[in-house]
Amino acid sequence: MASISIKNLKKSFGAVNVIKGVDLEIKSGEFMVFVGPSGCGKSTMLRLIAGLEDITSGTMEFDGQLVNALAPSKRGIAMVFQSYALYPHMTVFQNMAFGMKLAKNNKDEIKTRVEKAAALLQITPYLERLPKQLSGGQRQRVAIGRAIVRDPKVFLFDEPLSNLDAALRVATRLEIAKLHHSMNNVTMVYVTHDQVEAMTLADRICVLRDGYIEQVGTPLELYEKPANIFVAGFIGSPKMNLMKGKFASPYKANTIGVRSEHLQFVSKDGWAGKVIHAETLGSDSYVFVDIGTEEPVIVRESGTTKHTVGSKVQIAPLKGEVHLFNEQGNSI
Amino acid sequence: MTPAWIKNTAFYAFVVFIVLQAVFPFYYAIVTSFKTGAEIFEISYYPRTFHLDNYYSVLFSGNGSFLRNIWNSVWVSTITVIVALFIAVTASYALSRVRFRGRSLMLMTILCVSMFPQVAVLAGLFEVVRALGLYNTDWSLIFSYTIFTLPFTVWVLTTFMRDLPIELEEAAIVDGATPWVIVSKIFMPLMWPALVTTGLLAFIAAWNEYLYALTFTASNDAARTVPVGIALLSGNSEHEIPWGPIMAASVIVTVPLIALVLIFQRKIIAGLTAGGVKG
Repeated sequence: MASISIKNLKKSFGAVNVIKGVDLEIKSGEFMVFVGPSGCGKSTMLRLIAGLEDITSGTMEFDGQLVNALAPSKRGIAMVFQSYALYPHMTVFQNMAFGMKLAKNNKDEIKTRVEKAAALLQITPYLERLPKQLSGGQRQRVAIGRAIVRDPKVFLFDEPLSNLDAALRVATRLEIAKLHHSMNNVTMVYVTHDQVEAMTLADRICVLRDGYIEQVGTPLELYEKPANIFVAGFIGSPKMNLMKGKFASPYKANTIGVRSEHLQFVSKDGWAGKVIHAETLGSDSYVFVDIGTEEPVIVRESGTTKHTVGSKVQIAPLKGEVHLFNEQGNSI
Repeated sequence: MTPAWIKNTAFYAFVVFIVLQAVFPFYYAIVTSFKTGAEIFEISYYPRTFHLDNYYSVLFSGNGSFLRNIWNSVWVSTITVIVALFIAVTASYALSRVRFRGRSLMLMTILCVSMFPQVAVLAGLFEVVRALGLYNTDWSLIFSYTIFTLPFTVWVLTTFMRDLPIELEEAAIVDGATPWVIVSKIFMPLMWPALVTTGLLAFIAAWNEYLYALTFTASNDAARTVPVGIALLSGNSEHEIPWGPIMAASVIVTVPLIALVLIFQRKIIAGLTAGGVKG
């Protein structure tokens, strides 16, 4: 339970500026997700919070206390790495106990805390095994367990699910969400490039691009009121349909955006086009329509679609569900 | 197409040739060491008689000076390996993980230094040894062997350590580990194969070294190591070279090396291939 306050934070590696001035408040007990395309600086942000990188300029405070020059182990953080980073020569128990052992806690307390964390993550049967004898999902749970044992004020996750296969990813995502509910008031900061993870886990999402924050808000805020074209395109799957020129001019905007579920087929007065592809997912179908925009427009229909490839259709947006953007790409 | 049997035969003939070439000198030394008297000068490729006289005379005549030599060799080589590995592990941590100006220049310098021939630095090193007051002591050998072992050891361990995942170190930093704890508790256990391999090579180099041993302990019999001891074995008169005892001594000093290599065989193989492929 620590609030993190970041003011005008900058980080450069030599001549390369990675973080170019970031202000951010992370509330105590909040689940904050950093999301953005690769190279946007989200991992660097996490490492700056962890203390694994030095801050070039700006300030970072935990609960009002300046931590710029504080060593990682003194910040009350724990980190889960993408590659698990378990010590290969130590058993699961030793892995989880290593931090406490270095802090010279007494043996009984170490044992109690490790066993408690192991029970929470259901890895008790594996405590005497080596990491190489575990599956990927089990290893990731050990890595999370190692973090829990440290009893951190701030929990940091660096793309913890990206090494897992799809099914395991969903299961582990659920476990992390449950963990956040069960560990009251632990602040969690989570880095991912997967916007689905961001949407499902976050209390608030911070979208980063090129070392700047594009928008911070709850998942629904970002979804419903994206601050600019970048956020609009990044959040939501499939991507928001963006249209320019004659499509946008009736709305007095440079660009308009409509999500696929806010488009419908109409019999007249719509944008005329041709169906070029249809994806059927069972519950939904995505129909790709070429109406003369750069990329085909995607329309979502419930159930299976009756529109076959090549058929001529008209589509129109639902009232009040059109996002308007000016020339700079900002929302108006 | 050459028939398969010709290929196979040629292949194994070549293997036999190489093995003979490598093993024969040692085999001949063993055979000779069991002969006595005039028999030594007859050429025979298999043992006809079996005497341990040579071994007895090497080990127990001359007031046990040869035993003293063996002990010196063990002592000097062991301490050299320990000191060299300690310095090399800590140095390679800095060279592989700490970013500082001139790091790659330093690595290249280390590589260059390892190419100097021993003779080139003998005179300079002699002055250093004298100045430090180590002349005629075993420490002069430990000192100079460490210097000559370090470039290779540092180079190999640096390459090896660079391949260890950076996240391991970062996880340890988050856990509150100091650089020394990272090196000793995290890296060293993962580097056993590399440590064993480099340590063993350093040991063999120190064990076999002759030039420095001869120069730096010239007038102190008590600090002499085995290679010099064998070279200075003398017969009953100055015109007689005692081949028998020399061969026996050679066999005696080779056996520990073979034993060491056999003991650590698995680790060496792992060490030589580790880093080459992932896993």
